[in-house]
Amino acid sequence: MHTFDLSMEHITKIEGNASIKLKVKDGKVTNVKFATEEYKRFFTEAMKGKSLVAIPAHLARICGTCSNSHIMCSIEACENALGIIPSPQTKILRTLMMHGLMIRDHALHLYLFSMPDIFGKDAFLDFDESDPAQHQLLHDGFGVKSAGNFLATLIAGRSVHATLPVIGGFLKFPDEAGVTEAIEKLKNIRPAVLRLIEIFKNAPFHFDRKTKYIALVPKDTFGYINGIIETSSGKKFEEKDFRSHLEQTVIPYSQAVGYTYQGEGYMVGSLARINLAKNKLHPKTLESAAEVLKLFPSTDIFYNNLAQAIEILHSIDEATDLLSNNKFVPETPIKVEAKAGAVGIGVIEAPRGTLYHKIVLGDDGKVSNGEVVVPTGQNQINIERDVGVLVQSLIEKPEYADNSEETKNKITLKIEKLIRAYDPCMSCAAHFLKVEWE
Amino acid sequence: MQNEEKIKIGWFSFSCCEDNTVVMTEVLNDHWQEWKKIFDFRHVRVLKSKNIFDEFDIAFIEGAVASSKQEEEIKDIRSRSKKLVAVGSCAVVGLPAGQRNTFDEEQNQHISFLVTKFGAAPKVKKVSEVVKVDVEIPGCPMSPQMFLEKVNALVAELRPTT
Repeated sequence: MHTFDLSMEHITKIEGNASIKLKVKDGKVTNVKFATEEYKRFFTEAMKGKSLVAIPAHLARICGTCSNSHIMCSIEACENALGIIPSPQTKILRTLMMHGLMIRDHALHLYLFSMPDIFGKDAFLDFDESDPAQHQLLHDGFGVKSAGNFLATLIAGRSVHATLPVIGGFLKFPDEAGVTEAIEKLKNIRPAVLRLIEIFKNAPFHFDRKTKYIALVPKDTFGYINGIIETSSGKKFEEKDFRSHLEQTVIPYSQAVGYTYQGEGYMVGSLARINLAKNKLHPKTLESAAEVLKLFPSTDIFYNNLAQAIEILHSIDEATDLLSNNKFVPETPIKVEAKAGAVGIGVIEAPRGTLYHKIVLGDDGKVSNGEVVVPTGQNQINIERDVGVLVQSLIEKPEYADNSEETKNKITLKIEKLIRAYDPCMSCAAHFLKVEWE
Repeated sequence: MQNEEKIKIGWFSFSCCEDNTVVMTEVLNDHWQEWKKIFDFRHVRVLKSKNIFDEFDIAFIEGAVASSKQEEEIKDIRSRSKKLVAVGSCAVVGLPAGQRNTFDEEQNQHISFLVTKFGAAPKVKKVSEVVKVDVEIPGCPMSPQMFLEKVNALVAELRPTT
């Protein structure tokens, strides 16, 4: 009968520092703690007293890889506080900015973090260039990342901590040469993304534990900025009411905060979005991914990888259309006039799930308070429960019956892959640096 | 280049948003083939799981130093590294990760229990306050161009015949 403690420090390649500890007593998993090890940097406290216009760039620094989604969400919260309605061109540019982010961010996760597991490699760079299939994937991976990076840079100035999007509009606009080059790059990577979808459709890993999921579902086209919050049980609520439906859970051993919905853990991210809104994907995406889309809705967390690959395809198809069908002209951003006592809420879909920003202005028109709810905070409780169920199912199998180092290593690898499928964002990473068995 | 002749690279993230790590992975888009030939990515958590912590020709440090534990880790990395490069604003000037250093009394009252509870240091430090830094690449995030220039200069210094 199994009795052991498992402790993994420094879960690497998961956007920062996280650890996991679990206890097994008399063949039962009794305790799982998935904790964020990042030292707090107190961004919401530091908002206080700042001018509203400084907040999007300030909050971008919460996260390197999805910084542009924090900028987008913060701009939305600030504009809602001030009653600013962005121009049609601004809305298109923001959509394009999000597509650049999704392509770049999902590609990093899928090629560099998750794909080595499928091929039994330690790292993406270990793929064999003399093997035609692996050679192709190496070039695919860096090519897809590069195209997303180019699009994000063209529209937003930088793919990390963007400089051009501001409250009320943009500071600079893409030129024709850049637009033409972006369209070319997007068209060139489309075949690579079809290969990517095929790889994750056929990936051998599965873990299905029925769970609730939540996403922002747009009214028309599949997207990330506006819509109605929907749950897997069919409940719908407005963006402004999102936070009031979540229960905040203090996780005493972690520097992060967890959330539950109706008393239970839930999941956010690509899988939730594709589950709830797959019919709204771009027509070309629907056509090319028709077979694979039949696998959704699903609660197999490993299909989160597949959902990310489908989202890359959608972003390519919609961005190509938007770039081809629009002329971008200089526009002065709408003037920002702080309103004493104003409150604004922004809700968008970041690469890893629903992101919430709230901003409150004081009597002096400066920021007096704020709140940020990030996707990984929402997924954290589900990750713990999944790890517990996974380990319990493993130790009940005859091949995992002993307490040997080999068995523990096999369990550790399974946990790693499961956590990686969630694409948690503590500091962008995917492998465990150090595994300690007590 | 034979494996033993490759330049041993360590990449370490401390208190920050890891924006420089993301920039580095974007620079890889155009340089991965060339870098595979000359670099031994010995300890780069974002790229691999089987990391080796022994000695480094170049150690890149991203992020500010938020605790005595992190301070000891950086000193250890310094002792194993020929060149130590601070990348990004948090490593070079300690901000914005160390913004709590500038908080007023009321803000400090709000956060002090969390600083204490998780064993963070009273003051967040930049890397050069803890160890000798050979090269600094500022920016939030670092600029890819400056990163490439500094890396190429270090390669020329460490392997003049490459």
